Amino acid sequence: MPPNAPEDLSRTIETLYRSESGRILATLVRLLGDLDLAEEAMHEAFAAALETWPHTGLPDKPRPWLISAGRFKAIDVMRRRGRIDAAQKDLALQLEARVNEAPQEEEMEDDRLRLIFTCCHPALPSEGQVALTLREVCGLTTEEIARAFLVTTATLAQRIVRAKAVIRDKAIPYQVPVSQELSARLGAVLQVVYLVFNAGYSAEATGAGLSREAIRLGRLLLDLLPEPEVAGLLGLMLLQESRRAARSSAEGELILLDRQDRSQWNRDQIAEGIALTESALRSRRFGAYTLQAAIAAVHAESSSAASTDWRQIKLLYDRLIQIQPSPVVELNRAVAIAMYEGPEQGLHLIDDLLAGEELANYPFAYSARADLCRRLGRLPEARASYEKALSLTRQEPERRFLSGRLEELK
Amino acid sequence: MKYICLGYYDPAKHAGMTEDERNAMFDECFEYDDHLRANGHFAAGEALQPRETALTLYWKNGKVASTDGPYAETKEQLGGILVLEARDMNHAIQLMSQHPAVKYGSIFEIRPTGDMSEIMKASEQRRRKLTAR
Repeated sequence: MPPNAPEDLSRTIETLYRSESGRILATLVRLLGDLDLAEEAMHEAFAAALETWPHTGLPDKPRPWLISAGRFKAIDVMRRRGRIDAAQKDLALQLEARVNEAPQEEEMEDDRLRLIFTCCHPALPSEGQVALTLREVCGLTTEEIARAFLVTTATLAQRIVRAKAVIRDKAIPYQVPVSQELSARLGAVLQVVYLVFNAGYSAEATGAGLSREAIRLGRLLLDLLPEPEVAGLLGLMLLQESRRAARSSAEGELILLDRQDRSQWNRDQIAEGIALTESALRSRRFGAYTLQAAIAAVHAESSSAASTDWRQIKLLYDRLIQIQPSPVVELNRAVAIAMYEGPEQGLHLIDDLLAGEELANYPFAYSARADLCRRLGRLPEARASYEKALSLTRQEPERRFLSGRLEELK
Repeated sequence: MKYICLGYYDPAKHAGMTEDERNAMFDECFEYDDHLRANGHFAAGEALQPRETALTLYWKNGKVASTDGPYAETKEQLGGILVLEARDMNHAIQLMSQHPAVKYGSIFEIRPTGDMSEIMKASEQRRRKLTAR
């Protein structure tokens, strides 16, 4: 087969789309200043490639070719709109004047970061941030994202339409925030990445894909912006992902950390996760993600629940509470204390927490309490707490898990 | 992926337009269709004759029955069908929201096409088994 046979080329273009569309879109957004226009121009550029390349052969540098084609396509669009709207005509002229300036390679990497910060802008609703990031940065289709989040295509399409409308109406600029603003805005970006990861953690069938996408996004972000908390979050995600095979049985039953077969943990992901976490800790500018990664790393390094350094884990929770106080973190700290000081101490702390309002409807507080009661031989109390937990959760895997524990106590 | 765009319009509104207005609308719409065609988005499209020309078929009391007119009577009537080639639903929305017909009051219902290939394959297997018997 000759090297540029049409079937070969269309496969090449498909591969290029997957690897390059994120970069090309980001650069077109900067050059054109409009997300919708940039998207349309990028699609037309790929369509033009399908049309032209079978005759001309694959260009030496496909990426600049596609960006340049995208600019010309955008000018066409603006000219067409310009017949109705004079302002668009001026924009078309401005674009034409600059069409031959070639974008620099480093500039293009910055473009991706700009687009990430725009998609994760705090002015957008949280669901919109997630959907937009997956579509514009990761290159997923509306249909793929809808399937992953178990919503209809129409619902997800509207989230994206609304998010784009906010960007347009509030004239949110395409830029990386300046240093004073950076840490708060980076927090919003990391939250989106972790939301995607957690959606993958809980969804049974579609989960692995979303978690992989979140890890990919984390790697890209670390490449573009090597901040300690970015390394910490990537480390945390890898350490949690390393347990994927062990945390459910072949029948899909949930298996908690203390009963997992640790030989099934992914050693490569653990090694990479620990290295990233250590580098973040050394910087001394880390935050809550790095501390959670450090806790996950202690578990990853232990051969069993019994031999785990629970005192170390409790100390890490102490620090986490200082920077991110939350009753859920306090609950986890109480469980760690129960592991090395004894269930009695843990139970006191959990009962104090349950006396407050915040955890009153949190099923895991009751299942943790039930577990400690079971270890103390207080079986009727354990049963009552498992039943309370069961009444508070509607997630099927969790319900099956709690029913199983109840069964063991009969 | 293909999206079927069902275009609805209000005949009363069209009847109220002058010839110049109507021509301007047609010119704008066809020009945009050309733009879609030039970029590989216009997979197919047909305009429909008025609803009075429609005939509806169905099964009743053990045989095929028919009535005059469209299946669903609505104020807006189905005026045309466009088969759009787009990357995903949001791309389809973006392309169709720029269609001049929208500005002139048309309503587009965008429907992703279903993939029947698995069902068809299973059906073929069933039929082959039947003939082999």
